[in-house]
Amino acid sequence: MSTISLTSDEQAMLAGDGGVATQLAARLLVRMAELMGAERLVPIASAHVDGCLYHGPVSIDFAERLVAGGGSVRVATTLNVGAVDLLHPELNRGDPTRRSAGRELMRLYSALGCRPTWTCAPYQLANRPSLGEQIAWAESNAIVFANSVLGARTERYGDFIDIAAALTGRAPYVGLHTDEGRLATLHFRVERMPARLAASDVLFAALGYLIGRRAERNVPVIDGIEHATEDQLKALGAAAASSGSVAMFHMVGITPEASTLAVACGHRTPRQVIPVSRADLADAATALTSAGNASLGAVSVGTPHFSFAEFERLRSLLGGRRVSDRVAFYASTGRGVQEELRARGWLDDLTAAGVTIVTDTCTYLAPIMAPIAGAVMTNSAKWAWYGPNNLGIKVIFGSLEECVESAVRGERWRDGELWRDDRG
Amino acid sequence: MTIAGEALTPGQARGTTLVLDEPISFWGGVDENTGRVIDTHHPQSGASVAGSILVLRCGRGSSSSSSVLAECLRNGVGPAAIVLAEPDSILALGALVASELYATEIPVVVLSTDAYAACSAARELTVEVDRGSMRAVVRIVS
Repeated sequence: MSTISLTSDEQAMLAGDGGVATQLAARLLVRMAELMGAERLVPIASAHVDGCLYHGPVSIDFAERLVAGGGSVRVATTLNVGAVDLLHPELNRGDPTRRSAGRELMRLYSALGCRPTWTCAPYQLANRPSLGEQIAWAESNAIVFANSVLGARTERYGDFIDIAAALTGRAPYVGLHTDEGRLATLHFRVERMPARLAASDVLFAALGYLIGRRAERNVPVIDGIEHATEDQLKALGAAAASSGSVAMFHMVGITPEASTLAVACGHRTPRQVIPVSRADLADAATALTSAGNASLGAVSVGTPHFSFAEFERLRSLLGGRRVSDRVAFYASTGRGVQEELRARGWLDDLTAAGVTIVTDTCTYLAPIMAPIAGAVMTNSAKWAWYGPNNLGIKVIFGSLEECVESAVRGERWRDGELWRDDRG
Repeated sequence: MTIAGEALTPGQARGTTLVLDEPISFWGGVDENTGRVIDTHHPQSGASVAGSILVLRCGRGSSSSSSVLAECLRNGVGPAAIVLAEPDSILALGALVASELYATEIPVVVLSTDAYAACSAARELTVEVDRGSMRAVVRIVS
């Protein structure tokens, strides 16, 4: 274990000069930095905090201790989802005592000076981190997006240590904060895919799932993908961070630290090259469906939170049609995106089409969905991974188009062309 | 038999071992009210970590495991000590937070592969940590 060297400012925080909340935060942060093998701390530009999701009384005890100790964040800090939807209280189900504790925890974290953003997709907000910026983010999908797509630098932070970083404005200088820690060590070579599959959300979710299962502690680099939208990269990262513990990936020609394969690997040879075929991806997609032939009860999209662009696509797939009365349709999103929908005049259209908008929380974490007869269909590999365990629900995994078409028809619909091999 | 190791958190404990054959995620894997392993895929599913010297190679998965370990300790159903073969900052953080909030210290220690193997064959262990050096001493009682 390393002996860490601290600046005078950091020593002052440890000594209690910034108040007892900052002192507690500094004590936890320094100890964790030592455990992670850091030799020093690094100043951060922003933080994203996940501790605002209620797990139990410890969540409240810890936050109350910080508030009582005069805690106030030192850097711009956004908040991840909480346990309740504050804007649509009629949607919240479950134990009322737990619900009010969830709400109280959200209030306490706001009182520490964090912005009440309540989204797992803080990269969809304005002023997002830039290339090379040091940050401390929690929430596995946000971490992988910040590192991979934005090129900002964060390790995997979670409960307690996320707010400790925000209160001290520091992170352990180790791992993905350093140049060395960001180099790719495992190479996934994706073969050329049929055009329809290459453009679909399913390819990215399935590829992410497969990478998460294989990557272990490596930073993976992916080549063979010619084009990817931010939403597709979001789906890939969220999947890889659910089925495994991937905190960063490179995609050659697409992500900012991978202009070439050699650059992504720091001109070293990766440990292993793993070829990925269309059949491998089909297997991954099949593995994400746990529902067998169960009938469709609901559709849930927006894990991670739906972007405005994804709502545009949802609207166009619906094409003025309405979701079947037999199927509940949930779309989780940030309150910022909901405001954009309202400004565009789309919110009422979506509601009228049978889409229930969920903000501030997520359907796989909080008791939001009404009792469902049948399986839940989703285009999210993350939802498909956690849903069965968290909620005891069986999942049908498919593309957004398959989800929407199934919801309108009231029964599972598969796109017969999606996996067809049209390569010459 | 006496074994030296590295301590991630301070404390001392004596107890019966619960040896986990596979890593576990406390989040979704352990019930914070009873201390029982609820991950149905885990080989020790149904066993209780409460009061045990928990012997496992390493933790797994979500960082929310820090919270769940701390909840177990708050509820008095946490392990008395954790013996690992690989450092695990998520479990260490849960123990640190519980000690800050509730003054319930449990030592989390890391041993070499051979020492870990010896402990995983033991029935009863004591764990002691020197606060200055953060060196751990583990004794196999039986």
